Amino acid sequence: MAGTVPLYAPQSRKSVSSPATQESAVVKWLLIAAAGLVLFWLIVLPLIVVLTESLKKGVDVYLAALTDPDARSALRLTLLVALITVPLNTIFGIAAAWAVTKFRFRGKGFLITLIDLPFAVSPVIGGLIFILVFGAHGWFGPWLSAHDIKIVFAIPGIILATLFVTFPFVARELIPLMEDQGTQEEEAAITLGAKGWQIFLRVTLPNIKWGLLYGIILCNARAMGEFGAVSVVSGHIRGETNTLPLHVEILYNEYQFSASFAVASLLLLLALVTMILKSWLSRKNAH
Amino acid sequence: MSVTATTTAVASTARRKVLPGFGLTMGYTVLYLSLVVLLPLSALLFNSTGLSWAKFWDVATDARVLASYRVSLSTAAAAALADAFLGLLLAWVLVRYEFPGKRLFDALIDLPFALPTAVAGVSLTALYANKGWIGSWLEPLGLKVAFTPIGITLALMFIGIPFVVRTVQPVLEELDRDMEEASATLGAGRWRTFRKIVLPELFPPLLTGFSLAFARGIGEFGSVVFISGNMPMRTEIAPLLIMSKLEQFDYAGATAVALLLLLISFLMLLVINTLQRWVRKTSR
Repeated sequence: MAGTVPLYAPQSRKSVSSPATQESAVVKWLLIAAAGLVLFWLIVLPLIVVLTESLKKGVDVYLAALTDPDARSALRLTLLVALITVPLNTIFGIAAAWAVTKFRFRGKGFLITLIDLPFAVSPVIGGLIFILVFGAHGWFGPWLSAHDIKIVFAIPGIILATLFVTFPFVARELIPLMEDQGTQEEEAAITLGAKGWQIFLRVTLPNIKWGLLYGIILCNARAMGEFGAVSVVSGHIRGETNTLPLHVEILYNEYQFSASFAVASLLLLLALVTMILKSWLSRKNAH
Repeated sequence: MSVTATTTAVASTARRKVLPGFGLTMGYTVLYLSLVVLLPLSALLFNSTGLSWAKFWDVATDARVLASYRVSLSTAAAAALADAFLGLLLAWVLVRYEFPGKRLFDALIDLPFALPTAVAGVSLTALYANKGWIGSWLEPLGLKVAFTPIGITLALMFIGIPFVVRTVQPVLEELDRDMEEASATLGAGRWRTFRKIVLPELFPPLLTGFSLAFARGIGEFGSVVFISGNMPMRTEIAPLLIMSKLEQFDYAGATAVALLLLLISFLMLLVINTLQRWVRKTSR
């Protein structure tokens, strides 16, 4: 549901157009100009603002903001969170897609809906639920505090909240792709004597690798950029439980705008790399 | 015909037994789903915050809570509606015309998906604040955007626009041009053909895109929290109210607001699933 749009889409066919089904050149270029204006205003302008605001006080301030110990520790935590959550959700995505697409069973549609669920839930709720489970007044709160284990307002809480919000990305990319590919190639492999893992690695994986990579990239972008869910469970301890997006907020609220936008420009870079990889993979998939 | 039908039937009943790994992958899927999603979500229903029905009703009908829902729902609806129009324009231009820079144009549509919401939030605020590039233009006209519902709407438009473009685009690509040609042959002008032939075909994906953008807008937090100004009763959105109740250690109140929000989201999910089935049916 919300969050992403699948890579796997019907092949676009070049439309053969006759003059009768075409607008006049004037209308055509007016529409293109209008669309370009909308794109510039809605999407491009906010990107330019990040760059100009971050460099407003000069390159020195920009670099100082990025090399600041708190910023570096935020970057480390963001990378750590992505390094844990992305592989976990990738393994889940592959397992779920295999179970859903290679076999027939009752309640398949319901299972897919459940997998999509985190996309329908506000990220703030994605954080709140872990406070209700692991917080001081939560289900396991008393037990956890008796054993001196901290989950919420600490790194494990950030990881759990991120796991929740990025949960469906890989699975929902793979399910339509593998559904469409069917099971014939795998069945052929098994009649030739291949074992389960061999089938997956030699037959299935080569077929799904681009879709899988696409799902992983989207999952990673969200894992590194998540704000709402992480904000609820983080506790905002500088240098300890601060991720890059939270660091942007803290600096912004302290009126250190240039520093805030400098850190934001790092995240913008992540988004641009994601976007480029995404469009490269879409083209790869179309051929 | 009947032979292929029987062989596919045989193949599909055999499918269950032929491939290995059902127990392992299904078991892991259900276990992981339960641990990461279902169990934590059920904490909203079976919570230990002492939330009773009476308390739930109290919170749900509180003036500030109602106001936050009004703000969230109205801005999300306005943004999704604006996105439906703008998204149709963007998708149309992308599918029907060739022009220089088209690939970059297409790639940029996805940017709101990839950009961390907090970055969008601070950037839009800087743009529309009274000293910002656009804000300083609008200020003399007496139009305030940042820290008003208009600002929230703009942030949600940014977040929602790819949903509309990416749902309309594939349907438009698959659209059969023959009908348009027939319409032209029968003497209809281009605008009339668009209204009578193309638009009805695009209505289901447009509605789906609208609902996706709307659903996302209701729960959105990061991009809104900076530009909204967070004034109770005026620009406070529901997700932020959850946040501020948590900060005051009012766990029961936060849970009550969250439950209501979740209910709305699930209703939207139901609507969207129905719409998507409709789109698949009509586009075939």
